[in-house]
Amino acid sequence: MVAIRSRVNRQVLRTILFALPKVLNHTASRAPAFAERLKQHDVTAWIGLQDGSIGRIVEIRGGKFRSRPGTAAEGEVVMSFKDVATALKLLLPNRDQGEIIHAAKNFKVVTTGPDELIVWFTQTLNMSETAGVAMGMPMPDGSHRFTTCTNGGPLFVYVKDGRILRVTPIEFDDTDPATWVIEARGRKFSPPRRALVAPHALTMKSLVYSDKRILYPMKRVDFDPNGERNPQNRGKSGYVRISWDEALDIVATEINRQKRVHGPGSITFPMSSHHQWGNVGYYLSSLMRFANLIGFTRVAANPDSWEGWYWGAMHHFGNSMRVGVPAGYGGVEDCLKEAEMIVFWSCDPESTNGAYAGFEGTTRRLWAKELGIEFVHIDPHCNPTAQLLGGRWFPVRPQTDAALAQAIMYVWVTERLYDEEYVATRTTGFDEWKAYLLGETDGVPKTPEWQEAETGIPARDVRALARKWGGRKVYLAVGMTGTGFGGAGRGATGAQWARCMIMMMAMQGWGKPGVNFGGLQIGVPHDLHFYFPGYADGGISGDLAWTGNAVNNYQRMPHILTMNPVKQMVPRQQLPDAIITGHATGYLWDGMAQEAQFAPFSYPMPGYSPIHMIYRYGGSSLSTVTRSGRWVDAYRHESIEFVVNQSIWMEGEAQFADVILPACTSLERWDIGEWANSGGYAHHGVNVVNHRVITLQHKCIEPLGESKSDYDIFTAILTRLGLGAVFTEGCSELDWAKRVFDSSDLPGEISWKKFCRKGYYVVPPEKPELRQPVDMRWFAEGRRKDLPEPLPMPSQYAEEFGMGLQTPSGKLEFVPEILKRNTADNPDRPPINHYIPSWEGRRTTELTERYPLQMIATHSRYSFHTSMDGKNSAVNQVEDHRALVAGHRFWLLRINPADAATRGIGHRDLVKIFNDRGAVICAADISALVTPGVVKSYEASAEFQLIEVEGETAEVGGCLNILTPDRSQTRGTSSMAPNSCLVQIEKWQNADAFKMAARRRRKS
Amino acid sequence: MSKWNLIINVGRCENCHNCVIADRDEHVGNDFPGYAAPAAAVGESPIRILRRVQGSAPMVETTYLPVMCNHCDDAPCMRYAGDAIRKRDDGIVIIDPEKAKGRKDILGSCPYRAIVWNEEQQVPQTWIFDAHLLDQGWQRPRCQQSCPTDVFEAVKLDDAAMELKAATEGLKVQKPELGTKPRIWYRGLERWETCFIGGSVSADIAGAVECLEGAEVTLSQAGKRLARATTNSFGDFGFDGLRGDGSTYRVEVSHAHGSVWRDCVLSESVYLGELRLARPGAADSRGGADA
Repeated sequence: MVAIRSRVNRQVLRTILFALPKVLNHTASRAPAFAERLKQHDVTAWIGLQDGSIGRIVEIRGGKFRSRPGTAAEGEVVMSFKDVATALKLLLPNRDQGEIIHAAKNFKVVTTGPDELIVWFTQTLNMSETAGVAMGMPMPDGSHRFTTCTNGGPLFVYVKDGRILRVTPIEFDDTDPATWVIEARGRKFSPPRRALVAPHALTMKSLVYSDKRILYPMKRVDFDPNGERNPQNRGKSGYVRISWDEALDIVATEINRQKRVHGPGSITFPMSSHHQWGNVGYYLSSLMRFANLIGFTRVAANPDSWEGWYWGAMHHFGNSMRVGVPAGYGGVEDCLKEAEMIVFWSCDPESTNGAYAGFEGTTRRLWAKELGIEFVHIDPHCNPTAQLLGGRWFPVRPQTDAALAQAIMYVWVTERLYDEEYVATRTTGFDEWKAYLLGETDGVPKTPEWQEAETGIPARDVRALARKWGGRKVYLAVGMTGTGFGGAGRGATGAQWARCMIMMMAMQGWGKPGVNFGGLQIGVPHDLHFYFPGYADGGISGDLAWTGNAVNNYQRMPHILTMNPVKQMVPRQQLPDAIITGHATGYLWDGMAQEAQFAPFSYPMPGYSPIHMIYRYGGSSLSTVTRSGRWVDAYRHESIEFVVNQSIWMEGEAQFADVILPACTSLERWDIGEWANSGGYAHHGVNVVNHRVITLQHKCIEPLGESKSDYDIFTAILTRLGLGAVFTEGCSELDWAKRVFDSSDLPGEISWKKFCRKGYYVVPPEKPELRQPVDMRWFAEGRRKDLPEPLPMPSQYAEEFGMGLQTPSGKLEFVPEILKRNTADNPDRPPINHYIPSWEGRRTTELTERYPLQMIATHSRYSFHTSMDGKNSAVNQVEDHRALVAGHRFWLLRINPADAATRGIGHRDLVKIFNDRGAVICAADISALVTPGVVKSYEASAEFQLIEVEGETAEVGGCLNILTPDRSQTRGTSSMAPNSCLVQIEKWQNADAFKMAARRRRKS
Repeated sequence: MSKWNLIINVGRCENCHNCVIADRDEHVGNDFPGYAAPAAAVGESPIRILRRVQGSAPMVETTYLPVMCNHCDDAPCMRYAGDAIRKRDDGIVIIDPEKAKGRKDILGSCPYRAIVWNEEQQVPQTWIFDAHLLDQGWQRPRCQQSCPTDVFEAVKLDDAAMELKAATEGLKVQKPELGTKPRIWYRGLERWETCFIGGSVSADIAGAVECLEGAEVTLSQAGKRLARATTNSFGDFGFDGLRGDGSTYRVEVSHAHGSVWRDCVLSESVYLGELRLARPGAADSRGGADA
């Protein structure tokens, strides 16, 4: 029997090899794109068994496949299988990807030949499977409808005659599943059946066709890799166009030279925290795979989204895997049913959109308004959320929030407006905290009168708020999702504030009906069991240590492992200093356990080379990293021998590169992604949008000019190092997108063909009876944890698995045991959350005389960080984003009328905002929306532009992070504190000179 | 003959600019012969959002007002420009991209400043109600499709029905005194046109200053009582719908804990700040003009 099966299988293999060309030529005759592909190269390949007993020459010549008998010696590319069983597993249709990867990893299939040819040949074979599939849908007006997803939501992309005609928000049709309904207080609520996208999503077309696109590779005119490199001229010199071949040769040669001359660690790949959407192309996917195959010093990011939570709040309640923020399950329904009031504390979802959710939460908040739920807004700025919803504004001075919180808790204690039973049974350490509040430990009772001098909030208002809140059903909405992130957490007192938020909820019975974190931005009743990976779940990276790959993706989508053998790391906020001074100390962002943050790491690390080559992916640091002016000096430092910048637009840091590689946008390449699904550190992050929408991100048009997808750029570089086949696994981006599709739960619901045509799939909502329980309800009721989150880890429970929080006691700890153990000697991080005024605030008397104003530069409203700013995009012209003065678009600075009047500043005047770190020119926006003593603006200008006018140097792009301190919030952390920034402003004395020069330029 | 009208819900606009950007997306790089020439990638937007900030901390009210071409039935631009501008049977006004070439002068004829100049194409342009899309079967313009808070509502009704709807629902147009007969209607325009007077009442209670809830506040003018309000838990009160015509109003609070009054001149909304009750007979029984 075995012998017969063996003979049959051998014949099957012979037949496949014989028939392969016919099948592929047939595909070419039906799919013009495939026929075009075949004309690109001639190649002679041999496919067969390693012992040579079966094998055939399969060649492509003049655009046609042919096969004939022959030996492996005749093949340029040789693909040999250990045995027939392996060959059939890899050649028959309906292949198991796990089998293929296993065979490759264990050398049961070996492909030899020139790397570039192997990549092209294997990608061509894979392409035959996708070439004939109809992508998108034809429209009555002659356009073709594709789909994509962005940081602001999913879009239809209409293309006509090879050009993008328009983009619109995705609207569902009646074949898409029914939408959920929430019943609350006798009414029914259901969100609109369309995507409520952010303004920056609608800007996509203007980004693709921006006149600032980099359309060809460039080299700095005074950079010669074989001669003078002139690092001191970076940012000053111009560029000359070069060919891709020359560019890639320079980069590949430099990579090899760095390794040979300096050794591992000399190359670093700084990247930004976000990316154009799509699981395959994301930096945690393709870039990580690319970088691992080269070896690099990792830039260890500070937990920028979680500042204050990770270093402080986490120790009171756990959730290290979520980087110290609450989860928010079930929040929408619970809030609508139960809450009497929502307190928005440093929470402006109309500007920050729950990160990726556009205005999906806006609809839900307007329901709350209809239901008569009251709102309070605590923010130095009467922000867009406060403007839309109404409610009492508490214009707190920046970075004094902890004082306000403590005074509220003081009132709760003295007037017994807190949940005494919950505190007694679910928490520890309250007596110590109470003693501090009452002034028993330091002689200063934290009364509303006490906080008034700090915050500027009248004592009576604090008492009124405390009484409206204490003992009532109140949702506390903090930060970007309402359950953490950003805002007041990003300053000297960030951890103090975040810790207070947890303690306030602990006093009110966190988890009881109507008592929770959230502002209707998170906690939608989705079917969360439907599996689709997020962008931080590993993608194609092959990396198990620094992505969420190990949790699900690596098993569901088997792919070849990659590892970075370089252990050296450099902390991101200190990267410029590390280059300039040669050393830096950092503390890790590591969600594994709360203790992971206490051990410092040093750069350089023994055994590794310091950094000499920067391969910058993107270019946003100048306006997103604190005290960003350091970057200018870092780029010019003599130790940096080579700088590559891979960017889409000529902006930001691109001007400091030696070689510039032009990348294309996500609309010019294939990808696949789910709306708002980051996965990884934000498990079930889709909880912010009203519908789970999974999109095929079609390649809508060809890349403009000579730009290429990041993936293709990485392939081209790695091919020169013989690593193309390892990187691509023979797959194109579309092949990878299909592998992601196959790895998810989609195939059970929609065919690949249908998905390619329609472009999106909406996951049906969860049955009402199976909706997730409310976050922390289990804890409040003393039960076992019943939430669908795989955290904390088994070893992190106090006594019994599933019972209690990730704290030593298993309870909410007012005085965290973990801080008692680890930071008792650090005056910046006391176990009892003392109020410590900001080290750059109104109490910093050595600075306040010269710099009396507090600046907060928060998340941009109309752009997603730098992505849509500048580059003459549609957003760039929004008058509430930049103002047009003398032909230049100036960043807006929002000023209170009193502060403007004393300085003679009028609306839309050009003002200089400055401190010891630099000077930036902005246009004034004067209104009562900002409290006196505070100037409010945004971070993330895409433009960095230093000019000299009348002997004065100023930055006119709007990079306010030039002015922010680079000091960590507290000693013993790698944290950023941009919202602790003292400045002065004045009417720009050189405004007229600037305007005259602009007029002259326009005339000439 | 049913015609297009657009209703704008004042108070629902949060200034997100989706409408502005969607309009750019539609027209930049796209030529719609007979409707509109391509819009400039860099240039003024034919949809603008005006901002009105009233009051002062902590009582600030903000209103955003989207404005665009009103597609007037008696359009001054049409009277001025001759056949360069025409009105369709469905009410939409179109500036002919060919006939209006070079006619920068047309801009000044619009009392609403709704016409922008396209330097590249040398043609005046407006928001065209996405006529080209409506003609393809779209049920609403792009601004409505992209708005997250249902600010826009395109309705197609005959003129009599629209007049009735406007009367019933209190819809108003911009500058009705000009007689241009706009087809853009505003629901809740009072929020843009009227003013409020507000304040926060406090009192000394048991040695601490407290917000006073439940205090009765009256608004009067020249001795005549106009309105009454009760303070909320922050002691806040507000009288809105007032005309900012420069006249003087008086606010008076009386309560068991004391009383206080304040005069103010109203040209733009006023937040009187803290009104602390004084005990009856106290020397500093606070009254006087608003600062």
